[in-house]
Amino acid sequence: MQKVVVGMSGGVDSSVAAYLLKKQGYDVIGVTMQIWQDEDVCSISENGGCCGLGAVEDSRRVASVLDIPHYVMNFRKEFKESVIDYFVSEYVMARTPNPCIACNAFVKWEALLARSLSIGASYIATGHYASIARLENGRYAIKNSVTLAKDQTYALYNLTQYQLEHTLMPVGAYSKDEIRNIANELKLPVANKPDSQEICFVANNDYAAFIKEYLEDEDNRRIIEEKRALYMKNMESSGYGFTPGNFVDTRGNILGRHQGLAHYTIGQRKGLNLALGRPVFVKKLDPKTNEVVIGDAEDVFTDRCYVNNLNFMAIKDLEDEMVVNAKIRYSHKGARCTIKRTAADEILCVFDEPQRAVTPGQAAVFYKDDYVVGGGTII
Amino acid sequence: MEKKIYLDNAATTKTKPEVVEAMLPYFSELYGNPSSVYEFASQNKKALDESRRTIANAIGAESTEIYFTGGGTEADNWALIATAEAYENKGKHIITSKIEHHAVLHTCEYLQKRGYEVTYVDVDENGVVKLDQLEKAIRPTTVLISIMFANNEIGTIQPIKEIGAIAKKHKVLFHTDAVQAFGQLNIDVDDLGIDMLSASAHKLNGPKGIGFLYIRQGIKIRSLIHGGAQERGRRAGTENVPYAVGFGKAVELAMNSMEERIKKETELRDYLIKRVLSEIPYTRLNGHRTKRLPNNANFSFQFIEGESLLIMLDMNNICASSGSACTSGSLDPSHVLLSIGLPHEIAHGSLRLTLSEENTIEEIDYTIDKIKETVEKLRNMSPLYEDFVRRRY
Repeated sequence: MQKVVVGMSGGVDSSVAAYLLKKQGYDVIGVTMQIWQDEDVCSISENGGCCGLGAVEDSRRVASVLDIPHYVMNFRKEFKESVIDYFVSEYVMARTPNPCIACNAFVKWEALLARSLSIGASYIATGHYASIARLENGRYAIKNSVTLAKDQTYALYNLTQYQLEHTLMPVGAYSKDEIRNIANELKLPVANKPDSQEICFVANNDYAAFIKEYLEDEDNRRIIEEKRALYMKNMESSGYGFTPGNFVDTRGNILGRHQGLAHYTIGQRKGLNLALGRPVFVKKLDPKTNEVVIGDAEDVFTDRCYVNNLNFMAIKDLEDEMVVNAKIRYSHKGARCTIKRTAADEILCVFDEPQRAVTPGQAAVFYKDDYVVGGGTII
Repeated sequence: MEKKIYLDNAATTKTKPEVVEAMLPYFSELYGNPSSVYEFASQNKKALDESRRTIANAIGAESTEIYFTGGGTEADNWALIATAEAYENKGKHIITSKIEHHAVLHTCEYLQKRGYEVTYVDVDENGVVKLDQLEKAIRPTTVLISIMFANNEIGTIQPIKEIGAIAKKHKVLFHTDAVQAFGQLNIDVDDLGIDMLSASAHKLNGPKGIGFLYIRQGIKIRSLIHGGAQERGRRAGTENVPYAVGFGKAVELAMNSMEERIKKETELRDYLIKRVLSEIPYTRLNGHRTKRLPNNANFSFQFIEGESLLIMLDMNNICASSGSACTSGSLDPSHVLLSIGLPHEIAHGSLRLTLSEENTIEEIDYTIDKIKETVEKLRNMSPLYEDFVRRRY
């Protein structure tokens, strides 16, 4: 019997995933990842995150109902290094990170997969609403699930072929309602738990407060400083994103004072406290001058962006131009664009229609026929 | 092997059938409250006293110096917090070691938040407390030295008699957390100069949820738990008679079998250590080679993740541990292993096996074979892993 490690968050989806695999005849082992255990964070994780102590207890109860073994694996070091340090350093460099993508690529599908294979498993499985298919060209690619309401493929674009080959996503064949019904029929103790929301390690979604507190620790500050020095120079003026500076217009005229770059994202309108008699938006964050550039609605639209840190999924490589559907953030509906190679690890992405708030640090994920073609990080 | 092999006796032990049998009458037959006046209840009082006497005898103390608690953790909390409060006028300084159980360490942190100062003394590479450092740490304001009798993870036995002498010389009270040692080693509180001692029943084949604190006559510490006048007014709450009786029985059995048990477990332990160290390369024994609990073996296997090893042993029906069991069952590098100077990576690949007198040589052989097999497998996998995660194709 083939062994599968199911990453259990204590939520409905991963619980039912474990059940479905057991029914399919796999030797199922439940594993809950322990990733971040700050006292305050524990309490928020219980309410929504996937990996807090509440997750451990809930998963244990589910595992006992399903009669499968359950273990807790510690990935705190991996999570801190690959997700938290990345998250904070991106904000410090005036970019907008996506921590879920980093967690998937480096914690779930790297550390968890490795440890699962080491204990004799052939696959890891998750409760994602997506499916993995083998294409005619022999490559594995992720496809949107039957329920388009909640796309979960965006944060998975970064998986390698090896990782996909060793992954099962059993709930992808069902709708959310069907999964809830199964959970209810099984009388799983988590059947009515709400879906997880927001960033699991940030309390009250106040990421600025989180970053500030994180940087109070000397070791953390040193690590972030090293990361920043690696990518960007001459940023002393912006501090760590908490040094106040000027709001300027596109011609450089000073419009007012801002609280520090870390408090803003591209396209933001609310909370700027600028009385200019018309709605204005954040067009750009400049860590070199510590300025927040302000523009009108049309100024935050752009028809192109460059993307690096590439990963290809449905295709081996991008040889010619390709017309794809691109999503530039998790909640983006997707837009038609043409992608073409401009450097060894760089793609230019030209949209048919200009897109609003193309944000450095976010991922651009390319789709063709609902399959993930690949993606990268917006520069 | 179909049968479970239990090698985690430092976490908890099996409650012996004799212990359960001794406890049973005190649930549904002799259920009276020992504080009541009627004859029916006096039998409970008698049972409680007998158990108390058995325990007192086991450590060379008087019955009146033994106070039942809800476990070892409560006893540790009580000893530290109540001593700190009672001797506040003398000073607010406590000395302990870096390798104590969290019941002591976290209580110290709690006291630090309330304005007390705590010195955490280092240990050497074998996990033995540095006596010169300990003595130098004593100040006029020091009110308590708390050093564990034997370590729960690496099994190292501390020089308790020397510490007792240092404490006496400087007129500082000496508390020892003997949760791992009680029932496994001979303890005489007078001989060793111990003023307070914590112990727990479930580590010596007694029931969970009961322990005691020994408080030497004349030490004026107050209650931690307030309420009725039970335990000579020092620990409120209706006495847990069945568990106290079970504790007494477990101590009686442990004391009677101690010599024989130490001999048997030490032989088995040394056999285990010898085979593992000679047959598995890049392996070290943690803790002192000889001054260690008779049932404790703790190894670090380089290049592997202890978590994976534990899970695979479990899949082979072998119950082991990597250190102390934290609530979530998940592993952070142990503070004890870091304190004896192990780097993080090596501390991560650690395994603790703690024996009981019921373990057989066949079980140990089977376990060693499985460890050998698993460590080899895990080591073979790690370069593969390195390769695949960085490769994009």
